[in-house]
Amino acid sequence: MPINYYIFLSIALFVIGIIGVLTRRNAIIIFMCIELMLNAVNLMLVAFSKMHHLGNAAKDAAAGIDGQLFVFFIMVVAAAEVSVGLAIIVMMYRNIHSVDVNFLNRLKH
Amino acid sequence: MSLTQILFWFLTVLTVFSALMVVVSKNPVYSVLWLIFTFFCISGHYIMLNAQFLFIVNIIVYAGAIMVLFLFVIMLMNLNESAEPKKHRWLRMAGVVAGGCLLLVLVAALKNTDIKKQVAETNTGDIGLIQNLGKALFNEYVLPFEVSSILFLSAMVGAVVIGKKE
Repeated sequence: MPINYYIFLSIALFVIGIIGVLTRRNAIIIFMCIELMLNAVNLMLVAFSKMHHLGNAAKDAAAGIDGQLFVFFIMVVAAAEVSVGLAIIVMMYRNIHSVDVNFLNRLKH
Repeated sequence: MSLTQILFWFLTVLTVFSALMVVVSKNPVYSVLWLIFTFFCISGHYIMLNAQFLFIVNIIVYAGAIMVLFLFVIMLMNLNESAEPKKHRWLRMAGVVAGGCLLLVLVAALKNTDIKKQVAETNTGDIGLIQNLGKALFNEYVLPFEVSSILFLSAMVGAVVIGKKE
């Protein structure tokens, strides 16, 4: 498939994630939209790694393998991030009995 | 249209539609379920690109572990449609316009690049197989791999410390 299609698909997914972060107030939904953006980037990295492999396979049989390993590490970091982030959201719910991010403005005063 | 193209467009439409439903759904539980569906569609793209290891890791880690964690938290808080906080209509519209502007800029910037003549190989190529990825992971990338274990340990300790009742 032409790399163009993958680029535009990733842009669409990323922008949907950003719109979700900007338009929703539920902290969990905002968190899920961040996951969506991470996945858009992952898809882009895999598509680019396959493109690079097709162009350079004659010189180097393992060309493009770095891109897929980066995706693996992004997944590792995302898993760690989710565990800590959800713990923070649970603690916030325990304290203010809501997941509305508009109540998180105490630092302002 | 070849079978690969049909499959690509089918998966693309499903991916974008389910991603939109994540944002649009009023009920947080439906949002999580649509997000799981989106991850399965993205996994379908991975298998089309012959990235088999990432396909299986995406299903196990994202759709399996992370989304179940989200579902657990939502069930723990008993969130539903009536408890859903609503943003003001104008603020929501401003968010959509801002995202649309970003989409416009990115598409306009990347529309005429040289790279668009290149092709991502589908169905062939063996860099995505577990054997090759494992060799690269445990030779060149063994240090980041070990460091990520420390990251996991600190995340585990952090989650327990934050979640603990004082």
